[in-house]
Amino acid sequence: MTFQQRSIPAPSVDPDTEDFWAAARNHKLLVGQCQDCGEYHYYPRHICPHCGSSKTSLIEASGNGTIYSFSVMRRAPIPFAIAYVSLAEGPIMMSNIVDCDFDQLAIGQAVKLVYVESEDDGPPVAMFTPA
Amino acid sequence: MTINGKAYIAGAFEHPTRKAVDKSLAQLHAEVAKGALADAGLTKDDVDGYFCAGDAPGLGALSMADYMGLQLRHIDTTETGGSSYLIHVAHAAEAIAQGKCSVALITLAGRPKAEGMATGTAPRNYGASAPDVAFEFPYGSTVVNMYAMCAMRHMYEYGTTSEQLAWIKVAASHHAQHNPSAMLRDVVTVEDVVNSPMIADPLHRLDCCVISDGGGALVVVSPEIAKSLNRPLVKIRGAGEALKHQMGGKVDLTYSAAAWSGPRAFADAELTPDDIKYVSIYDSFTITVLMQLEDLGFAEKGQGGRLVADGNLISGSGKLPFNTDGGGLCNNHPGNRGGMTKVIEAVRQLRGEAHPAVQVANCDLALAHGTGGSLGTRHGAGTIILERE
Repeated sequence: MTFQQRSIPAPSVDPDTEDFWAAARNHKLLVGQCQDCGEYHYYPRHICPHCGSSKTSLIEASGNGTIYSFSVMRRAPIPFAIAYVSLAEGPIMMSNIVDCDFDQLAIGQAVKLVYVESEDDGPPVAMFTPA
Repeated sequence: MTINGKAYIAGAFEHPTRKAVDKSLAQLHAEVAKGALADAGLTKDDVDGYFCAGDAPGLGALSMADYMGLQLRHIDTTETGGSSYLIHVAHAAEAIAQGKCSVALITLAGRPKAEGMATGTAPRNYGASAPDVAFEFPYGSTVVNMYAMCAMRHMYEYGTTSEQLAWIKVAASHHAQHNPSAMLRDVVTVEDVVNSPMIADPLHRLDCCVISDGGGALVVVSPEIAKSLNRPLVKIRGAGEALKHQMGGKVDLTYSAAAWSGPRAFADAELTPDDIKYVSIYDSFTITVLMQLEDLGFAEKGQGGRLVADGNLISGSGKLPFNTDGGGLCNNHPGNRGGMTKVIEAVRQLRGEAHPAVQVANCDLALAHGTGGSLGTRHGAGTIILERE
């Protein structure tokens, strides 16, 4: 089966996330890390959701992860696989699994980061493919 | 402060429409309000508290008070999606206990069917200022595939099967055959469910609720007013509310906020799940019911599949009768928000006004629970426990 990539709507960029999306243009996936409590967080934000500190920074993720859960949206013009991916760093992020055979996907499967362009010259979006 | 015994549900009304092309949204709200007040034996001039959520048109309570001509001294517009109305019942009881109002009106209405909305399968964008949207909307998150990921993880961790989930729909269909207003009245089998088209793995079409227009309303009153009315006494015995979210990336799809709202409600009511004769459980999808029943304590976590299988949710033969109106899976899901109709059917059961074929014998204690938002991740939960006096 040939994988067909659906068109990806451009993510909205705001002052809270402009550094994250600028990095995405260079195909770098950033996650938030708190300099006070040390915890990672995702999605990134300027106040740590774990301890409330304002000393948050953005750390480049390795791009390695495993599928925490997924679902193939069969009832869509172009079927696609939505997933939560457990990053090697810890946070679990929503994504899509692309360039894959939907019927071979499994929870726990190792995946690696790829970037897919978004519409209207928006920033590319972090997705994953079987490692 | 406990709300046990501080307020009663005196009026309940479910709009009979399922497709309201010929009615406005404000009109639907006003019609259900009128119906619930008539059911209680009250009029709009008795109302001094009004509760509504994000489904109300315009500026919500302001617009609807204007339309209905209400004179209010207390309002509450708590918005937690489809669970809002369960939380409104609790907040109404609290407001009554504090003397802020004595006759509280709660309304819900919606017309997604008339508007041609693809409720479950079209990605919803709640606006660029919602902080999660940029991290979800590009990935095609829809109501059905978000709930499907909970089901997929539940199957992985606990061995839950599609056949067990299907039993939830089967039970709802057994009840809906007796409801002339239900959208889907045909009794279905486990095979029918698992052989229906796959929408988002592992949820099939018959694992999903209907899309409908309509609405419902409740009237919550002080004990003094309740006892002056010529209606059965349905006491609010306990309530709990909770929110759950993505925990900054520590996502756990195996449980819902019912794990927190449920124990709060049982503690308030000084009861345990074993005491409950009937449950109304929000059934946006079959997995919603299974996870909430576990979280509320009706089964150990992971054992929900065994609880719901083999007809155990069917009134008359099963050990835990649920959603005897057919629920969202078969009856209706007005405005894509199922919390209101859950309370209404619980009130019918406690009054002995459910259809005779599904009426639970000696139904003196009932629980209603709802989830609003995305099961497992960002959602609100409301649990109420009601008692017939």
